[in-house]
Amino acid sequence: MLKITGLKKTFNKGTVNAKTALNGLNLELNDGDFVTVIGGNGAGKSTLLNAIAGVWRPDAGKIEIDGVDVTRMPEHKRAKFLGRVFQDPMKGTAPDMEIAENLAIASRRGIKRKFVKGVKKADREEYKALLASLELGLENRLSTKVGLLSGGQRQAVTLLMATMNKPKLLLLDEHTAALDPKTAAKVLDLTDQIVNKNKLTTVMITHNMKDAIQHGNRLIMMHEGKIIIDVSGEEKKQLTVEMLLSLFTRASGSGIVNDRMVLG
Amino acid sequence: MAFLYALPGAIAEGLIWGLMGIGVYISYKILDIADLTVDGSITTGACVCAVMLANGSPIWLSILVAILAGALAGVVTGLLHTACGIPSILSGILTQLILYSVNLRILSGRSLATIDPRANSLWVHMSNNYMSILSMLIIVTVVIICLWQFFYTEVGLTLKSTGDNPDMSRAQGVNVKLNKVIGLAIANGIVALAGAMLAQYKGSANINDGRGAIVIGLAAIFIGLSVSMKIKPNFVVSLIGVLGGGIIYYIVYNFVILLGLKTDYLKMLSAIIVAIFLAVPYIKAEYLSRLKEPETSDQAGGDENA
Repeated sequence: MLKITGLKKTFNKGTVNAKTALNGLNLELNDGDFVTVIGGNGAGKSTLLNAIAGVWRPDAGKIEIDGVDVTRMPEHKRAKFLGRVFQDPMKGTAPDMEIAENLAIASRRGIKRKFVKGVKKADREEYKALLASLELGLENRLSTKVGLLSGGQRQAVTLLMATMNKPKLLLLDEHTAALDPKTAAKVLDLTDQIVNKNKLTTVMITHNMKDAIQHGNRLIMMHEGKIIIDVSGEEKKQLTVEMLLSLFTRASGSGIVNDRMVLG
Repeated sequence: MAFLYALPGAIAEGLIWGLMGIGVYISYKILDIADLTVDGSITTGACVCAVMLANGSPIWLSILVAILAGALAGVVTGLLHTACGIPSILSGILTQLILYSVNLRILSGRSLATIDPRANSLWVHMSNNYMSILSMLIIVTVVIICLWQFFYTEVGLTLKSTGDNPDMSRAQGVNVKLNKVIGLAIANGIVALAGAMLAQYKGSANINDGRGAIVIGLAAIFIGLSVSMKIKPNFVVSLIGVLGGGIIYYIVYNFVILLGLKTDYLKMLSAIIVAIFLAVPYIKAEYLSRLKEPETSDQAGGDENA
């Protein structure tokens, strides 16, 4: 489904602030994989997701989605393969537009947009059913401006928008990090439901080791722009936070793990 | 009495500038771009219309070409911004300056082109304010209906989201750069239409017609939205509000002239109106809120280590 080979990216190249974020990274995902990604600050997790999404071009390497080389494809064209949820709940929705309008825009992702009414009557019924599945009481607020919703509600709507067209690949960039614990748990729960129901290939960055262990069928840990740990299947099910920490110490050659990863 | 006598003229001219305000609304409110092309493109619309009429073109063709010329100016600004990476405000300033030369060329190097109202059957003219008001009402109705229909299509919705949240738009497969160019073309096309109507109304196009037009447009938007947002904050009501803002602006304008204010001060007056509307919300938030007791929030902090 996703194949990344030799991916490199250095920010501020040629200056004193040069920072190598991705250092020859290789990754291959199978259809239906749900991968959780952990790693310290600056390990390159978000950079990896942004590279897949096409926010900028990598310095070297190749990214293929479902057999298509997307390395040079602009962000908005690549979007037809991807569903994305950002860390910032404000980033995934248009605040001054109605919930229904946001969903309508998402429903045409990857499809040629036409000069026909954006939100039709039949669409509203469909959106109502989708929103009802979130169990947040949003199904009767189709005409509400998204900016009036709470962070958790907005993130849930974003999740719906990212997945309503069944993306080839779902990219979740610490999408619960900015929410309070209760809301975060609810959004994670929804994520599991939606991913399982649609059998979506998913990459989820998290700073929470427990979440990384509990969710998905595969776990990778990044360090200095590379993948240093990659466990899946039965081996992953047996993982504990302590085991991950010792794995990390051995693989990275350092014992420094920041508090946020352990406590998060 | 003198004020009442001036009222129809103020309404007619207010409708023309309100129409321009609708163009500015599209760039400023929908695309979130302060587009300074406007000062040039309204003059371009006026000059193209006046010169074509003087050369014997039919009125509808003159207006159509004026609209297209304005749209082209919008495309230039859009490309300077999206394809060349120049900040939007600077792109608008550059196009505005380009248009100054272009407008002079359209006027064949003179600063004025006159339209003979007897030789041409004009849609609007200051000699017949009631006809002008009627014509303008028809035009703005058509423009508002077209915009209303367009902005609720699949394509139109992405134009709105482009200004509202470009990150979200890109993630949903929207070509944000293309949308900005299209939006600026529509905005400046409408502005040029207003310019063409202005030239007819005054019976002339002047190279300086557009000076400060953006500020008048913003004034119309702020005045209009301060009322229309209280009624119903939707798209069509907002556009009608902007139109009303333009009319109120011109009534006030005529009023202060009658009060004896030197016309030299009028530009300053429009700048002050816009400055007040922009400053009041900031001052309220920044200074007045400090006078109140802070509200206690149970959301603040505490979640970090949970």
